[in-house]
Amino acid sequence: MSFPALAVVDSATMLRRQLRHMIRYPSLTVMIVGMPVVFLLLFVYVFGGTLGAGLGAADGRSAYLEYVVPGILMMTVAGGAQGTAISVAMDMTEGVIARFRTMAISRASVLTGHVVGSVFQTMLSIAVVLGVALLLGFRPSAGPEAWAAALGLLVLTTVAITWLSVAFGLVTDSVETASNIPMFLMLLPFLGSGFVPTTSMPAGIRWFAENQPFTPIMETIRGLLMGTPIGDSGIEAVAWCVAIALLSFLWARRLYERNPVR
Amino acid sequence: MTAAVPGPAIEVRGLRKSYGSQVVLDSIDLTVPAGTVFSLLGPNGAGKTTTVRILSTLIAADAGEIRVAGHDLSREPNAVRAAIGVTGQFSAVDNKLTGEENLILMADLRHLGKREGRRRAAELLDRLDLADSARKIAFTYSGGMRRRLDLAMTLVGDPRVIFLDEPTTGLDPRSRRTMWQIVRDLVSGGVTIFLTTQQLEEADRLADRIAVLDGGKLVAEGTPQELKRLVPGGHVRLRLADREALDKAARALERDGARAAGDPAVARDDEAMTLQVPTEAGVHSLRALLGRLEQESVEVDDLEVHTPDLDDVFLALTGPRAGESGATR
Repeated sequence: MSFPALAVVDSATMLRRQLRHMIRYPSLTVMIVGMPVVFLLLFVYVFGGTLGAGLGAADGRSAYLEYVVPGILMMTVAGGAQGTAISVAMDMTEGVIARFRTMAISRASVLTGHVVGSVFQTMLSIAVVLGVALLLGFRPSAGPEAWAAALGLLVLTTVAITWLSVAFGLVTDSVETASNIPMFLMLLPFLGSGFVPTTSMPAGIRWFAENQPFTPIMETIRGLLMGTPIGDSGIEAVAWCVAIALLSFLWARRLYERNPVR
Repeated sequence: MTAAVPGPAIEVRGLRKSYGSQVVLDSIDLTVPAGTVFSLLGPNGAGKTTTVRILSTLIAADAGEIRVAGHDLSREPNAVRAAIGVTGQFSAVDNKLTGEENLILMADLRHLGKREGRRRAAELLDRLDLADSARKIAFTYSGGMRRRLDLAMTLVGDPRVIFLDEPTTGLDPRSRRTMWQIVRDLVSGGVTIFLTTQQLEEADRLADRIAVLDGGKLVAEGTPQELKRLVPGGHVRLRLADREALDKAARALERDGARAAGDPAVARDDEAMTLQVPTEAGVHSLRALLGRLEQESVEVDDLEVHTPDLDDVFLALTGPRAGESGATR
């Protein structure tokens, strides 16, 4: 079998392994899906009235629901990243990984299996979050093309953040640390345009909020779904995702090669 | 797959490995003929596991020429990987999958195809006595079952060379015997086994050749018989009825012992009322010893004959006491 074909076949095998783990031990998946839904409810029904009024809308709560969805979607991606880092770190402590290394299989297939499995899992959470948002009264103005573009960007973002979290899972020696490192990703939607417009922030934080990767991604999704102006955000979002994905992939692969035995 | 290349299954010349300033393996040479069992013995930290990790392509050597199953380890690691199987001291099964799923995972990674993979999995579950637990999650398996599953996973790829790193550590005697029988069956099928162990009985029973590793160096190599000849560990332990008998026997035997200069002296234990007398193995010398005691009318309560075993070899050759002759337990 040629090398690329081998890589695809082995990665598919590893993906099946990963999906089996997820089905058999659904608690992590339930947490990853459940947490952003709780945040969505919290931000709409607890903070939504006040924050929506701050946006200058007549019906604050429903206006805020429309504003906050992209931020909650990014929290969903960040929560999925945390799950990925935990499951990679846990997997690396298993002897079976050492066995894989002594077999004539594609080297990156273990990691690819994790990434594709996690992307599935996160997209599932995103579908649930969007479903709940629609139930709450979220009414995007997007046509089919805009929906497709928004979902495409969400997939791209998830791939990038998932590779990053695979690297986080590999770089640590313990599962505990692996679950803590991606925490900062959970804060990025707050320190960006996820929950309130960046124009309402003091200068220093505002500068950070406008120049960190999550903001252009959230602005683009908001623009695609709700018809708000996108400007350069689309290109910036894709550029950030490609850069994060590529660097994280190289980093993760190096970490996997570096540390064969723990 | 290419036909088995004639020549040794494993050939190692000048293998070196160090971690920082600590030398773990210092210029190791090994040759393992195909279809034999080679056992690497050594105390904890001697470098056994490191050797297995290097030979199984898990970590790189610092220096040395290594060929496994006819392939150069550094130039064709994937050809080596395709020919070997590894069962380590820490179980390498996927604890979240069932026994059957673990085997099918291995079959898929060996690209056996769906039908052949299932057939092979079923056959191995049967052969290793795991058929009843095939649908149970590996996490629930006992130590012995887990180790058998581990070995079954290794066997899915039909490897020509198998590395067993302390395969029976932590197993009960029955599981240990089962494992030994499986190893014997594999060897009779032409497989080469590279076995590391701390259990000397295991090496004695299974290995065609044994190498003793200590502090990163090979300190002895040979058949189990050859190794046992290296140490003078044979003795008879006599238990006497009372102190008077002990004194009498000790006096008589020490007088005799003086004739054979250089032999380790008779060791006396007043607490246990025993004498440990170095002897050669065999009925003749034993009869002579007992005859001598009868002459002195010494009543012997109990006697125990100890022929040199690999424990003696191990203790004599390795560790801080290495070099002292006549190591006793």
